[in-house]
Amino acid sequence: MAEGTERRPKVALFVTCLVDLFRPTIGFAAVKLLEEAGCDVEVPAAQTCCGQPAYNSGDRRDTRAIAKKVIAAFEPYDYIVAPSGSCSGMLKVHYPGLFSDDPAWRSRAEAFSAKVHELISFLTDVRGMKSVAARFAGTVTYHDACAGLRELGIHDQPRRLLKSVDGLTLVDLKDDNVCCGFGGTFCVKYPDISNAIVQKKADLIAATGAGTLLAGDLGCLMNMAGKLQRDNQPVAVRHVAEVLADMTDTPPIGEAREA
Amino acid sequence: MSDRDIVLGKVRRALAVDSGDVGRRAITIARLEGTPRGVIPARGQLPHEEQVALFIKMAEKVSSSVVRVGETGEVPRAVAEYLRKHNLPATLRIGDDPLFADMPWGETQIEMSHGPSDGNDAVGLSHAVGGVAETGTLVLTSGPDNPTTINFLPETHVVVIKATEIAGDYESAFDALRERYGRNSLPRTVNFVTGPSRSGDIEQTILLGAHGPRRLHIVVVG
Amino acid sequence: MDITSPTFKQNAREALADRQLQRALGHVRAGFIDKRAKAVAELPEFDALRDAARDIKNHTLAHLDLYLEAYEDRLRAAGGEVHYAETAASARDIILSICQRIDARTVTKGKSMIAEEIGLNEFFEEHGIAPVETDLGEYIIQLRHEAPSHIIAPAVHLTKDQVEASFREAHTSLPPDRDLSEPTELLNEARSVLRQRFMAADVGITGANFLVAETGTSVIVTNEGNGDLTQILPRVHIVIASIEKITPTLNDVGQIIRLLSRSATGQDISVYTTFSTGPRRPEDPDGPEEYHVIILDNGRTEMLGSEFKEALRCIRCGACMNHCPIYQAIGGHAYGWVYPGPIGAVLTPEFIGVDQAGNLPNASTFCGRCEAVCPMRIPLPNLMRHWREREFERHLSPAAARYGLGFWAFFAKRPRLYQWATRWAMRVLGNRAIGKGRYASLPLAGGWTKYRDFPAPEGRTFQEMWAAKRVAR
Repeated sequence: MAEGTERRPKVALFVTCLVDLFRPTIGFAAVKLLEEAGCDVEVPAAQTCCGQPAYNSGDRRDTRAIAKKVIAAFEPYDYIVAPSGSCSGMLKVHYPGLFSDDPAWRSRAEAFSAKVHELISFLTDVRGMKSVAARFAGTVTYHDACAGLRELGIHDQPRRLLKSVDGLTLVDLKDDNVCCGFGGTFCVKYPDISNAIVQKKADLIAATGAGTLLAGDLGCLMNMAGKLQRDNQPVAVRHVAEVLADMTDTPPIGEAREA
Repeated sequence: MSDRDIVLGKVRRALAVDSGDVGRRAITIARLEGTPRGVIPARGQLPHEEQVALFIKMAEKVSSSVVRVGETGEVPRAVAEYLRKHNLPATLRIGDDPLFADMPWGETQIEMSHGPSDGNDAVGLSHAVGGVAETGTLVLTSGPDNPTTINFLPETHVVVIKATEIAGDYESAFDALRERYGRNSLPRTVNFVTGPSRSGDIEQTILLGAHGPRRLHIVVVG
Repeated sequence: MDITSPTFKQNAREALADRQLQRALGHVRAGFIDKRAKAVAELPEFDALRDAARDIKNHTLAHLDLYLEAYEDRLRAAGGEVHYAETAASARDIILSICQRIDARTVTKGKSMIAEEIGLNEFFEEHGIAPVETDLGEYIIQLRHEAPSHIIAPAVHLTKDQVEASFREAHTSLPPDRDLSEPTELLNEARSVLRQRFMAADVGITGANFLVAETGTSVIVTNEGNGDLTQILPRVHIVIASIEKITPTLNDVGQIIRLLSRSATGQDISVYTTFSTGPRRPEDPDGPEEYHVIILDNGRTEMLGSEFKEALRCIRCGACMNHCPIYQAIGGHAYGWVYPGPIGAVLTPEFIGVDQAGNLPNASTFCGRCEAVCPMRIPLPNLMRHWREREFERHLSPAAARYGLGFWAFFAKRPRLYQWATRWAMRVLGNRAIGKGRYASLPLAGGWTKYRDFPAPEGRTFQEMWAAKRVAR
């Protein structure tokens, strides 16, 4: 995209609560990638969460209250981008339905949702990014987090960009499109079942022989990292944006900073 | 109030409709009379000779054995050869289908017995009124010509089908039934048969000969 | 059947520890998932058919009363008898009275989930009638006094060793040296035992995959041929089906048939698709003398008028549970009633109450695979979420979860307060893990840390750091 000949789009970054609280590095990687793609990035201060915990617990009222705040804070921008398939899915796919009995908010929600994108697919599908100028020596395997895959169709885009990373070898993960067992509150409400699911996932990840696991959702990544580490598997876990943005100085998820 | 009145009343209340609504009624009548076709897979939409070839291929894919002969006179010998090849007794249970009556069974040693099967027949012979190329499916109808018990009780089922009666898709098979039996009416049983009987209920292993025939042999005529 | 849905969590724990079950569930992947994927890939029109099928069902449900009436008319014209049953009890009574009228002793049964739903077998036994399951999987579990664990493969939870043991125990005339170690031998044994039962039955009962209004026809779909022997040999054929099985025309059946077996077992079509219309005709040499269809409501009309009506499109193919990571981990019995997996999570609260079955729609990650493979495009995760909403409104969720959620929501609606609170919380959580990077145990997070380490936060929140950067610029 030629810069300077058209206005740089104003992108509002929806950080997501997990990235905000647990791994800001991902947020900064997202900013870097968006700027590389020719966007001006702002981070509206009035954001906390997309509302999924309330939504998936059946609390529509609180979900609506949160959604209204998010819509109001983000609708002035050209695009709303989040480094998470599940949060983007919530904003893009589920927000309008929250207001089915409120036509005014419904159309505001629809206008808002039309501008929402998950980070990686925004870079490739909207900004036309075909490669990244990043370097990462090592074998990497990729897990397709469920919402991103099934609600937003994200599958080829991260793989395409990963293949352009200098030094990186991408190996296939068997059952890469099968759930990791996180499911938000599911993993703490039904820990035994969640464990059975994540155990299968961790075994398959270890079987790839890859040194690093990547995905586009921090909740899933924390779940898989926690299991791999409990099993003493030597697999580093990161968000795909960290590798694409060439920001892998931060220790992987769940690892300590070396002294 | 009968259960019928209660249930239909609940349906109408759930849909918030009135039984007197003529517009709705007209819509359902239109569908029942028009029998719209829907999405027809391209797979079976072929010139007729290719449909027959597809029928044979799909039937074999599901473990039917298939042989093709030029005319009905060749059927008895083809069946006799099949029975010999598989060490099956030279006996056949058949119905009153005129197609069989015209065949030269005397050219073989086969013992024919007529009527519905009582479970003591090794081999049954039927004439399918139609076939569907899309999946190698046979269409068999009940009646004295081809009693339904012959389709299920003998361990080996041999079915004769005329190549001209093979259609591309299920919808065409339904049209043929409508023509034969009149609109809104079917015989007691219509069987769509696609291969020999099987089960996957033990550790997902597919085994043939669950309750119906273990072997299905198709003779395509013409 | 005994309902154990209220103890779902305990059921799940037991299932996870059951080695034979886990071994049997390992077959689900190649047996169902891969086969379905292959069959779908070979039919380019598959997705278009899903849309067509969804539209046919939606149209039918919107005109259900009229199609029911049309169906009845055609069925009677063919010499059949229709009986409506509002409740399970009503259905049982009607079936019993038909059987008692002809002094029936043995009844053979094709596989019917509706018969499970109304508890027909136990009812028959209480009244001195012997029901014989003829579908091989149903026969096996009948020998074991178990309930089905899957809607199309009732014995999927068993290994062949378990099947052999059950046969030996039940078929007392089996010589001990008869080799039953291989599935073929087991099948042959079942075939010969059941053949005798087929011939001796007074009444045959089947379900119906479709009730066709155009011709007054009931349709069953089987691979074994047991449904056919069940209905053509006895004097009386009884069909039991629920109201949403009504389908307008034979062509409409053709559309849905193309989806059913592909979604269930990966076959293009099942071996036997049988269209039954009324009793035998005067010229028929075989076939039943009487043909009765019991049309059952049992909660469907409730669904029809509710936000759950899309679940009435279900054609009982089982694809949803085959692809569900929860079902694959715990099998079908843990769900505690007739219908397991995602469709079970939507139907069970409707039929036995959300107070008993509340766990089922909650035990989902909403991964969406069920909806992705459902041939009828039922939005299963959305429907499960509706159950969670009903529970929330009725205060049925556990108090701790409700308070926790309320606490979180209070902050989430107030960004400045949230940012202030999280800043400190993450500072603490981050500092305490310095040098380790994670927590092997954490108060209030026992569910997580029992099985996984908990990654520590970086220590500063993004909002904090971003604000600091902007000030610095």
